[in-house]
Formats: sequence, structure tokens, C-alpha cells
Amino acid sequence: MYGFEALSFNIHGGYLEAIVRGHRSGLLTTADYNNLCQCETLDDIKMHLSATEYGPYLQNEPSPLHTTTIVEKCTLKLVDDYKHMLCQATEPLSTFLEYITYGHMIDNVVLIVTGTLHERDVQELLEKCHPLGMFDSIATLAVAQNMRELYRLVLVDTPLAPYFSECITSEDLDDMNIEIMRNTLYKAYLEDFYRFCQKLGGATAEIMSDLLAFEADRRAVNITINSYPYGHEELAVCEDIDQVRAVMEKYPPYQSIFAKLSYGESQMLDKAFYEEEVKRHCLAFEQQFHYAVFFAYMRLREQEIRNLMWISECVAQNQKSRVHDSVVFIF
Amino acid sequence: MDLLRSEPMQLVQLIIPIEAAHRSISYLGDLGLFQFKDLNENKSPFQQTYASQVKRCGEMTRTLRLFKEQMMKAGISPPTRSTKDSGLDLEKLEVKLKELEAELLEINANNEKLQHTYNELVEYKLVLEKVGEFFSSAQNNAVARQRELEVQPIVETSIDSPLLMEQDATCPIKHIKLGFISGLVSREKSIPFERILFRATRGNVFLKQAIVDHHVQDPLSGDKVHKNVFVIFYSGERVKSKIIKICDAFGANRYPFSDELGKQFQMMTEVSGRIAELKTTIDAGLLHRSTLLQKIGYQFESWNLLLKKEKSIYRILNMLNINVTKKCLLAEGWCPISAARQIQKVLLQATMECNSQVGTIFQVLQTKELPPTYFYTNNFTCSFQEIVDAYGIAKYQEANPGVYTIITFPFLFAVMFGDWGHGICLLLVTLYFIINEKKISSQKLGDILEMVFGGRYIIMMMALFSIYTGLIYNEFFSIPFELFGPTAYGCRDPSCRDSTTIGLIKVRDTYPFGVDPKWHGTRSELPFLNSLKMKMSILLGVSQMNLGIILSYYNAKYFGNNINIWHQFVPQMIFLNSLFGYLSLLIIVKWCTGSQADLYHVMIYMFLSPTDDLGENQLFVGQKFFQVTLLLLALIAVPWMLLPKPFLLKKQHEERHKGQSYSLLYSGEDPLESESHSIHLDHKEFEFSEIFVHQLIHTIEFVLGAVSNTASYLRLWALSLAHSELSSVFYDKVLLLAWGYNNTIVLIVGIIVFICATVGVLLVMESLSAFLHALRLHWVEFQNKFYEGDGYKFSPFSFTSLTDEDGI
Repeated sequence: MYGFEALSFNIHGGYLEAIVRGHRSGLLTTADYNNLCQCETLDDIKMHLSATEYGPYLQNEPSPLHTTTIVEKCTLKLVDDYKHMLCQATEPLSTFLEYITYGHMIDNVVLIVTGTLHERDVQELLEKCHPLGMFDSIATLAVAQNMRELYRLVLVDTPLAPYFSECITSEDLDDMNIEIMRNTLYKAYLEDFYRFCQKLGGATAEIMSDLLAFEADRRAVNITINSYPYGHEELAVCEDIDQVRAVMEKYPPYQSIFAKLSYGESQMLDKAFYEEEVKRHCLAFEQQFHYAVFFAYMRLREQEIRNLMWISECVAQNQKSRVHDSVVFIF
Repeated sequence: MDLLRSEPMQLVQLIIPIEAAHRSISYLGDLGLFQFKDLNENKSPFQQTYASQVKRCGEMTRTLRLFKEQMMKAGISPPTRSTKDSGLDLEKLEVKLKELEAELLEINANNEKLQHTYNELVEYKLVLEKVGEFFSSAQNNAVARQRELEVQPIVETSIDSPLLMEQDATCPIKHIKLGFISGLVSREKSIPFERILFRATRGNVFLKQAIVDHHVQDPLSGDKVHKNVFVIFYSGERVKSKIIKICDAFGANRYPFSDELGKQFQMMTEVSGRIAELKTTIDAGLLHRSTLLQKIGYQFESWNLLLKKEKSIYRILNMLNINVTKKCLLAEGWCPISAARQIQKVLLQATMECNSQVGTIFQVLQTKELPPTYFYTNNFTCSFQEIVDAYGIAKYQEANPGVYTIITFPFLFAVMFGDWGHGICLLLVTLYFIINEKKISSQKLGDILEMVFGGRYIIMMMALFSIYTGLIYNEFFSIPFELFGPTAYGCRDPSCRDSTTIGLIKVRDTYPFGVDPKWHGTRSELPFLNSLKMKMSILLGVSQMNLGIILSYYNAKYFGNNINIWHQFVPQMIFLNSLFGYLSLLIIVKWCTGSQADLYHVMIYMFLSPTDDLGENQLFVGQKFFQVTLLLLALIAVPWMLLPKPFLLKKQHEERHKGQSYSLLYSGEDPLESESHSIHLDHKEFEFSEIFVHQLIHTIEFVLGAVSNTASYLRLWALSLAHSELSSVFYDKVLLLAWGYNNTIVLIVGIIVFICATVGVLLVMESLSAFLHALRLHWVEFQNKFYEGDGYKFSPFSFTSLTDEDGI
């Protein structure tokens, strides 16, 4: 259902759409990646990045760099972009932007809870959290002993609270439970986000439903492969990756993904999925007057940071032959 | 004339021995007359020859940025310009910077450690104070309560009294030992802190908070924040561990506290003592730091300058091709032919100083590429050249309108801004800038002031010319003066004293210079001035457009383009002059003869019915015949402009093409020569229809433009009229009106309003608008007659043009 978005979209969304499209054109290109892949040291990477939008964030770093510093600073750039957009946004775009961070919130919650379970230092864990998924009382998560406590103590104040309704049990937290919790939360989150986008209507609904559906499918397949008996009905009965493939090949969009993989190979699946995801996100920019560009931009930047992390890691560990294994070119 | 044509340039190849490369580039940077071409455009930054040096420079700039940041924090500002050269080279500087950075970081780390301890102690002291207060007040309360309880037993018998209380009262010793934790939490987090505590312990704690009035420095982050002192009472070990976890999660610092008064007192003194001790240590550390920073600040600028230079040198070095043998570098670039000797001298000097065995080879290359445009300008001419450049950089060696702009621009401005009072005001302002030129140019000005300062010589010329035109218009803040003798007009009889229109006769010779002051205030003032200014505008316009067309002749002649002379310049001259040149002639004849002829009528009927008799509008004998001839000439000129040029171009192209096919016959003998020959030939496709349409557009534009551009020059009259009317309104309606009240206050207010209006409206806004109109007349009406403006500017590598951004 298309409304007359073109008529009124720019009143509130025009400025930010322009901003986000500007940010998008700052994403690294294939030529950049080719240059980055030829780098010999992390300093070379820094030098190359200094000509990109990451320049100001890296220029004050003293010379022996670490991969973590690069990733940290690049993430900082993403966070700054996000915060700037959020400041400028009005309803319902601000809510939409907030929705984007809930995924990180879930990941952070899981990270802290798992970490405390294995008796890690809270400060150390906090440093590892994604800055977009931070909320005030996140450190308090360490206090909780079981799901119910987790909910009652901390999460009730966060936007994640409604998603928790399905997984409040008094069971003690262990790795398995946490993983189930993560996926249940994610499911609830994606569904909620989906509903929200449908409510917005127009091109936003159309494009976001596609992107979110893909995300959900990707997660379902991953869960199946990682042998959690939870997923779509047919997937649920699968026992190894080849069965998953058999199921998935019935659906045209996934056929191409699986076609790239030889039988029995599962490591490359992630990359194949990421490639497909990036393609879809890039396509989101082809239409105007909708919010999916914000979502797509955030995801593309995250993919870019993953790429940079991989490249830096390969360079740092002298594994340059493997550089191309996991880099997903965006343009 | 240096300015008329841009400097002749040449493409030069330099082969520089690698050991002399750095010094050579540095000398060329000092000279600032060589524009390097980037020969490594497709290489990524870290693949370039001098990538490691660039990296080192980047590292050093980072150190300098760190110093600057530290100095800003410490409130030390480096001396803005220390011209003294530190005499360091890059290696020494690098070592020095590293040392200083390490020292600074160490001092900072030490200071931070101390500060951390200090902040902790301050917080501890706060806890001791606040919690101590709380405990003592609680104790007092408890004692009071105890007393009350002791007094109360009489009432106790009443049935209302709760049973529990009775129990409590009866066995007060049985109470459980409560533990407590005290510390500080930041104020904004205190509410969620309390809430989480409540939830985690199901309300089984007692929390007491006290507000600290002033900022407290957080020991961890070092930020100044508002904090609350809290004390939590709990019972049980599990609760304790929970509370501790929550405290950690909220970044609340916990401090031990003893409920014994003696211990409290002892701790208090101990803490106060240590605080005082630390304070002196920290102060000493800070002093040490600031002396170090001052030392750095003293040389900061010279280091910054050196780094900026080095960085730009390496940037240039990275543009050069390195030879396979790695013995020499290959540079290509443009330089003015006149500067070749200077450049060679400098290069020789560089190789000599570096004890290089071979000198730099300076080789001129032949090229078809269009060289950059370069004008030697000075302080005075550069701003006028800027005006032209803002429209478009001149094509290599085409006639530069900048030369004429120096006079015509201020003059056209002054025609619109003719008032010698205002002109003097402008002149005073701009003279201030010019006299203090040296002082001001070293300062940092605001955007607007910068612009005024940059255009100071333009403004000076504009002011001088407006004084001149002001004298012609005879206006000084709209008041006429009898500067050049008495007025030529006088009254016929005494009764005409009040009348301003009729009754005046010419009693003396014509007023020698400019407009007769008597015209001011008469009823026929406006028609007279309008007629004068309108005609003058047309004369100025036609002559300036003629100048433009003549310049197109010089261009065509310079570039050897005969087609443009015969089929563009000549018909254009004929067309413009047979219509508007004739009008100018009529105007002059009318002025000279004092004829009453109606020029509109003449011009209009010249087209509508050229054969009719002119009657009373005839200005000279044979005018009718003359007009018909001019009209016919104009009519011929149009197809002349349109048709021959495309066909001639086509013919020329075909001839050239034929020549090329012939040359193939000879090419067998000398393949090298034919190859070099064919490079020089243009292989451009010749599209006749495109050329024809192009010519059609040009012709239409010129024919219509001749009319509309002439009309456009009437803005000179309009703006000038607006200016003089506005200034006379301000004079009459503000100053004279205020004068009429015979009241000092009203007069003062009137003068203030008059000054504000004169400065704000007439001097600032009117001058801006006159400036813009003069600009338009130059860019559109004048320059479209000849100016291509599709060149590119010569931007030599020069240290003087390094901006602040190159450094930090």
C-alpha cells in the first residue's frame, strides 16, 4: 500500500535521508578493499583509512596499532553517525532508529550474562559490549541468577521487557538456556520490529519486511545448523547441513546461496548469507522516501567494520592468503 | 603588458638524482614556480616510494597534536609566530618529539595516579563526614527514643499499642547485628541505584543518601560530577555480595567506615593529613608539567612549520616516478618559460650541496596539452584578476579582461555611486586598511573583514572614481557645491527668487566642470539628469561592448584564426555599430548641436519605415540615406555571421583530412616521424550539424544580445538615480527636518539617524549593489563578446601557500 509519501516525507525525513545517503557514499568501495588487502602492516591500513571517513577517528592513535583499536574507532564512527541521526529524528523515525539497536541490546545482555556465568570481570565484559546496545543498568545484569531475576531486576526497565514474556522461567542460567533466551528474544524482537514497520506502511513496510524476513530466515538456518531443534517446521527435522540444503533449495532466493557451496561445507555459509544480505541492503537505497535506508546503512557499516576487522586480523597474524575468505564487498 | 596574455609556459621533465631529490624539491618549494604533475595517480598511498616518510610525518603530527591538546588543557598558548628556525632536520625532530612525548606521558601518568589517589581520599573524607554526621544524629535519635520509651511505660498499658512494639521494647538486646556499606554514587544514577537495590534485596535494606553540594572528581574517569554519599544497611552475607555487585555495576565507590567514634576521628585526621601531603606533590607535578609544556610551546610553531614543509615535500616526492635503477627520480610539470633559468639555478645549487655526481637534467617536452594559465600579479592587480578568475580562468594566452577591469570596473561602479562625500568615506576606510596593510595581513580577520581587506585596492579605486563622478554629478551627500566657479544661471528679475523652474536665464559662461549646482532642487532637475545619465550609459555601454569585440579580434589574430576575424569580428562590428553605434553618434550630435530631435522616434522609424522623411527630427544632412545604408549593412551582417563560418570550417577539416591521407604515402620511410606527426593531429570527429547549430545559437545570441546588452547598460542610470534620490531623501527628510525643530536633542537624534542611514544604506548596501551590477556588466555584457574562460590555473608547489590544515 503506497501512500503519498513523496508529498510529505521530506518535511521530517528529508534531511536525515540526505544525511544517511551521504554516509552511504562514504562506505568503502571495492577499490578501497583491494588496496586494504594489499596492506603489509596495520599502519598501512591506518594510512589508507586516513583518506576515508574513518580518518579523523584514527589520526590520533599512536603508532603500534592493534586490531581492537581499529575496530573500536570504526565502531565509534558508526555510533557517532547513529547518535547524530537519532538526535535529529522525530517520531516515528526516532522509534524506528531505536528499534535498530535492540538487536545489539539482546547481544549485550547475552554477552554479560554468559560472561558472569563464567566468572569474568564485569568491566572487561562491558568493554566488549557493542556501544549501540548499551543501556543504563546493563552492568547490573551480573547480579541476576536466573531468568526471572534477570527480568525483574534489570530488563523490566529496558525496551526489551515485552520480548521477555516468553522466556521467563525460574531455571538457572546456563549456556544452553542463554542461547535459547537469545533466540527467543531475537524472534520476539524481529516480530515486533516487523509489526512496527507494517504499521508505518508504504515503502518502509515493503522493504523492511523483506529485509527482516531474510534476517529471520538466516537466523533460522543458522540455528538449525548449530543443531538447535527450533526453527521452521521443515528445518526442524533436519539433522545435517545437506538436509538443510535440500529444504532450502525449494525456495528460489536461497537456491543461489546454496548453489555457491559445495556439499558438506558449512563455514562459507555465513559469508554467502552476508553477501546476500549486503545485496539486499544495497537495494534498499534504490527507493526513496522510506526508513529502510537507515536500517540498511547501519547494517552495511557493521558489515564494513566486520570486513575491516577480518582484514586487520589477517594482516596482523600474517595470514594474508585468507584475506578474501570473509570479506564481503559492499559495492 | 604582462597581464594581457598569460605567461608562456612549458612542460618540463626533470631527472633528479635520488640523493638530491629532497633538497631540490625543498628549493623548488621556496621558489614556488613549478607545478608538479602527479605521475603516480593510480598507486595507493602505501605503495608509493616515500610512504614510510609520510607515515613518520603523520606520526609526528600526531605527537604535535597531542602537545597542542595538552597545552590547551593547561592553558598555555604557543607563541603564534616564532620566525626563528629551529635548525632541526626531520630525524632529530623525530627523536626529540619521541623523547618529549615519553616524558610528557610519564608525567601525566604519574599525575593521574596521584590525582586518582587524591580523589579517592577526598571522596573518603566526604564519606567520613557525611556518614559520621548520620551516625551521630541517628545515635542522638536513638538515645532520645530510648528516653521516650523509658518515660512511656505509663501509656503502654493502653490496648491500642501494638503488640510487636511491646515485644521490641521488652527485649531490645535481641536485635540482629546489621552490616553496612558506605560510599559515593553519582547523583544521576542514584535513583536507579536505589531502585535496583530495592528490587534485588526485596526491600530488605535501608539506604540513606546525603547530597554533596559541590562537584566531586570521579577517581576513575577524572570528570567532575555531582555525587551522593550513601550508606546501606543490610543483614546477611548473600545480600552483601549482591549489594557489592550492584555497587560495582553502578560505578559506586565503596569506602570502609567504622562506627566507633575514636576510630572515625583517627581516620579523619589520617585522611586529612594525606590529602594535604598529596596536594603538594600534585602541585609540584603540575608545575613540572607546565614548565615542560612551556618549553614545548616555545618551539611548537617552528616544529609545526618544519613538519608542514616536510609533509608537502614528501607529498611531491610521491608524485614522481622512480627510475628502475632507483638512482634518480623523474618529475614532470609546468613552469613559466621566464622562470626556467631560476629553476635550473636552484636545481644546480641543490645537487652541488648534496655532492651529487650528476646534475639534475632539465628537459623541455613537447606537448599538445593545454598549459595552465598564469599571470604575474602584485598586491594591486591580484584582486582585479580575482574578479575575472571568479568568472572563469582565462584560456592559455587569451586576452585577459583583467587589464581593462582595473579601470573600467571602478569606473562603472562610480557611475552608479557618484557622490564625492560617500567616495571620501570609502576612501578613508580603505586607506586605513592600506596603511596598516602589513599589520592587518598578519592578523586573523573575520569573514567579512577579510573580504574587504582582500579587495582594499579595488575599493580604493572605486572610491577615487566615485569622488570623480561625484564631482561631475556635483553631489556631496546629495548637496551641490559651487566648487568650480559660480553657477551659470541667474534670475531675470527679483521676483523669481522663490520660483525654481522658470525665470532663470544664463548670465555667465557654462559651468566649467560637471553639472551646474543650480539644477539641484529645480522641478526640471530629474528630467535633465535622467536624460544626461541615460545617454551617458548608452555611450559607455556601446564603447565597452566595442572594446570587447575588438579584443575578440586580437584573440583571433593571436591564435591565427582568420575565419574568426572575417566572419565573426567584422560582421559583429558592423551590426553593433550600425544600430547602437549610430545611436551613440546621434546622441553626440544632439549634444553638440543642441537639437530638439526625438531620438526614440528616429531609432524606431529607422526600422519601421526607413524611407519616410525625418521631418523635424533630422539632425544632419543626408541622414536618411545614411540610415538606410546602415540598416542594410546590419541586415547583411546577420547571415554573414551565421552562414560562412560553418562551411569554411567544414572545408578546412576536409583539407586537413586529405593531407593526412597523403602523408601516409611518405610514412613508410620514417615511421617514427609519422607517428609523432599523427599525435599532433586532432582526431576529433567533425559533426557539421553540430557546428552549424552552435553557430546559429551564437548568432542569435549576439543579435538579441546587442539589443538587450545595450538596454542592460541602462542600469548605470537607474542605480545612479536611486543612489542620488536616496541620499537626498536622507538629507532632506532626516537632517533638514531635525534641523527645523530648533531643538538640540532632536537635532542630535536626527544626526545619529542620518549617519546610520548613510553608513548602513548608502555606504554599505548601495555600494554592494553597485558592486554587483558593475560585476554583472563585466562578466556578462563585456566578457561574453570575447572571453572563453575555460583554462585552468597554474598552481605551483610553494611553501608560502601551505595552509593551516596541512599541519595540524
